Amino acid sequence: MEITPPTPKVPPENWEEFPDLREWAKYHQERPSGDKVSNAFEGLAEAIHQMPGGWIMVTSTEKIFNWARKSSIWPLTFGLACCAIEMMATFASRFDVERFGMVTWASPRHSDLMIVSGTVTIKMAPMLKRIYDQMPDPKWVISMGSCANSGGPFRHGYHVVKGVDRVVAVDVYVPGCPPTPESLMFGILKLQEQVAEFQKTGQRQVPALVSD
Amino acid sequence: MTVEEATQLLQAEFGLTVTGEDPKRVDPLHLVATGPNEQWVEVARFVKERLGCRYFVHLTAVDWKADGFEVVCRLENLEAGLGLTLKTRLGTGTSCPSLTGLFRGADWMERECYDLFGIRFEGHPDLRRILLDQDWQGFPLRKDYAVDTAHEPYR
Repeated sequence: MEITPPTPKVPPENWEEFPDLREWAKYHQERPSGDKVSNAFEGLAEAIHQMPGGWIMVTSTEKIFNWARKSSIWPLTFGLACCAIEMMATFASRFDVERFGMVTWASPRHSDLMIVSGTVTIKMAPMLKRIYDQMPDPKWVISMGSCANSGGPFRHGYHVVKGVDRVVAVDVYVPGCPPTPESLMFGILKLQEQVAEFQKTGQRQVPALVSD
Repeated sequence: MTVEEATQLLQAEFGLTVTGEDPKRVDPLHLVATGPNEQWVEVARFVKERLGCRYFVHLTAVDWKADGFEVVCRLENLEAGLGLTLKTRLGTGTSCPSLTGLFRGADWMERECYDLFGIRFEGHPDLRRILLDQDWQGFPLRKDYAVDTAHEPYR
């Protein structure tokens, strides 16, 4: 006996039972023909509808969004100390993180990622928090180097925040003093893996204050 | 101006003993004179005008715990190659006359000294903290300042 896979009928015969699809059809009938946006929508809808079960593909859009998010992480140019030199080397032509879709941007309003590269002093921490708050959600933080991770060699100084995770929520910690560009790139790739699984938008949990 | 002339002038004018940092080898760039707190400005003016030490290098302090604070200032005569380190003990207090009337460069040095050691310079025009936040509690470079002093909310 020969088994043939079922052929999807596109669009399905009972599509008018679905109010959303009726809305969609009405919307496209009302739009003038030859409209660029309308044509693009129709092309996209046609492409998706040709996939098996594509006419009801809803949940997978999250995957598309996450792919888009992870492929264009724009880091904020925010250098604090000597780690920033390694960060600049990572952004420059030799290591070239632009191939990961990263464009360094000089405004927190358009950035997705803050790389805390250096020692955070108690005087600098409110400014860092303020810049972090100016970034739109969803946003990520890489803590780069020993100082940002834990205070590093200056941990016992009177003026140093003992880890930037006491100020903002950190996603990836990159060890090293300073980390090499390869280390930072590894951290960025780890962050991309994390962003690919990103589910929710919105600000994450505020870090709990840890007393010594 | 040589080491001998400077030594004699300071001895004759204020009765100060000028020594070298190393007693075996008197280096004209490492002279040290310790004077009383009341004569701080007079000695500095004398050193500036008579000994020609017009270059104000730095001013800082030392915390000798039970023996009180010591303010240290370095003045140099660049033409003659003469360097003089002036020291004064504050005793039990934290008050010291200000050198801002003589050297403009003393302004920020004394503010830093106030910021980190808590020494009040009398006559300073603008004695505020210069490095730390204005709401900082305590003076971090004092020996009795605990390193783990809490500073909310970040530590």
